[in-house]
Amino acid sequence: MADLTPSVDGGHREAPARPAETPAAGGVPAIELRGVTAGYDERAAVESVDLSIPAGSLVAIFGPNGGGKTTLLKLIAGLLQPWSGTVRVLGGAPSEVAHRIAYVPQAELVDWAFPVSVWDVAMMGRFARLGPLHQPGAADRAAVSGALDRVGMLGVATTQIGRLSGGQRRRAFLARAIAAEAELYLLDEPVTGVDVPTQEDLMDLLAAESAKGRTVVATTHDLAAASRHFERVVGVNRRIHADGPVSLLSDPDVLSRTYGGHVLVIGERGVLLDDAHHHDSERGSERHFHEPGPRR
Amino acid sequence: MTPLDAVLQPLGYAFFLRALVASTVVGLVCAVVGSYMVLRGLAFMGDALSHSAFPGVVAAYLLKGPFYLGAAIAAVGTALAIGWVTRRGRLRSDTTIGVLFAGMFALGVFLFSRIPNYVGDLFGFLFGEILGIGDADLLALTALAVIVLAVVAVFWKELLYSTFDPLGAAAAGLPVARLDYVLLAVIALTIVVSLQAVGIILVVAMLVTPAAIGQLLATSFGRLVAIAIAVGVVSPIAGLYLSYWLDAATGATIVLVETGLFILALALVSVRRRVPAKA
Repeated sequence: MADLTPSVDGGHREAPARPAETPAAGGVPAIELRGVTAGYDERAAVESVDLSIPAGSLVAIFGPNGGGKTTLLKLIAGLLQPWSGTVRVLGGAPSEVAHRIAYVPQAELVDWAFPVSVWDVAMMGRFARLGPLHQPGAADRAAVSGALDRVGMLGVATTQIGRLSGGQRRRAFLARAIAAEAELYLLDEPVTGVDVPTQEDLMDLLAAESAKGRTVVATTHDLAAASRHFERVVGVNRRIHADGPVSLLSDPDVLSRTYGGHVLVIGERGVLLDDAHHHDSERGSERHFHEPGPRR
Repeated sequence: MTPLDAVLQPLGYAFFLRALVASTVVGLVCAVVGSYMVLRGLAFMGDALSHSAFPGVVAAYLLKGPFYLGAAIAAVGTALAIGWVTRRGRLRSDTTIGVLFAGMFALGVFLFSRIPNYVGDLFGFLFGEILGIGDADLLALTALAVIVLAVVAVFWKELLYSTFDPLGAAAAGLPVARLDYVLLAVIALTIVVSLQAVGIILVVAMLVTPAAIGQLLATSFGRLVAIAIAVGVVSPIAGLYLSYWLDAATGATIVLVETGLFILALALVSVRRRVPAKA
């Protein structure tokens, strides 16, 4: 695993040296946020965020509900524009490199009754690069087939997504990211609501993608999962309160800073009581009209 | 009269043939566009846009302009306004729809009441006059239908992706906001195409019911659309004949056929659920 220096204050630092397995553009970070403040309506969800994530990293963003985890992910995905500061992803603005970004939404935001099969979902990963007028061809079918094979879902390719287990549902979306040949995977709460063996399977797949040089960033409020499976953690609660190796998660100071008062540390492993139940989602529960356009 | 005569005899009338062609085209376009609408939960939007077309229709009548142009300007304008107000304002889209649709319909009633010698066409506006459709109307309707189908053919993938997962689609670079507007405009045009067939009040059924039947019976988007098209094309034909034989209102009969098929599909699905497949 990478030898990362803890940088608890979230200040700027050099991208740490990565093992040779990472072919990414020599030292240029996959994600770089400078002085980013952003939010919904007039309420800032994150403030003055500086963050640099090297290519090929396997990063968990943790923090309390409403602390800005999803906001951070959406900024990186280009789904939300910063009020101030700059977001650079894979060497450009998110909208310039959108074809190389795959975003997997929270499972609860997906309409699982939607009449699409596992194959259809993975094929959507090809749509953006195809463009209007072009229909999926042999190369696209090969990519989808390969992606489904990679995540072990080829056998259920024709199954409607609502009939899948929680772990299979997430693997279908992961197949979409793989089929898209994305270089940056952004996943919102990928291991929430699935049992531990399923978590292990999913994380093995994500770790394999990261080992190939893909950058994987996932939000999670499951600290146990974060410490077991990720290389690096970023703690956010309006500001970045932790940024470094997973060992930060066993530092009571880091946890109490990130979670404010809502943390109770017992013994050597942090035990957490988080009573902040507001969510950092935008207002309403609209699904027909999407947020003010990130890409007009 | 033999059953065959009963089927063939009305075909001898040019008005019946025109109505048959027009209502089949309407059924097809409504089925395709409606498939996206039901998956996005836009049924109420469909109802709203058809009512919004009313002032356009009345204005066209008053100004002796083309019916389709007036209806299209009012419906597309309202569709885009709903999208815009929802994005800019802090209101839920159903609130915006409620305000704008009632306002537009009221404007239509207001304009209508100002027509000097209050013609008896209101019933036609509200419930359709498919049997009175002329050659020029049929041409205009078909041209609009071709435009709508062409737009959907070009953007079917993008519309599907942004309907299913707007966040994932936007992150991958699809212009989700613009696609929303494209879909709204397409819905508005489809309503304009359908107005003469079933009228303002019943258009929403043509849009939503075939797709709803598709959603009940299908597990893939392709099959949903296929079932919707089958229902959307067969119902107007059956409805036209039934209304001819029974001397009943045409638009209403077409809608009732679709409603009947929906109840049938619902029954089928609940029976299927009670008796699980052996597999």
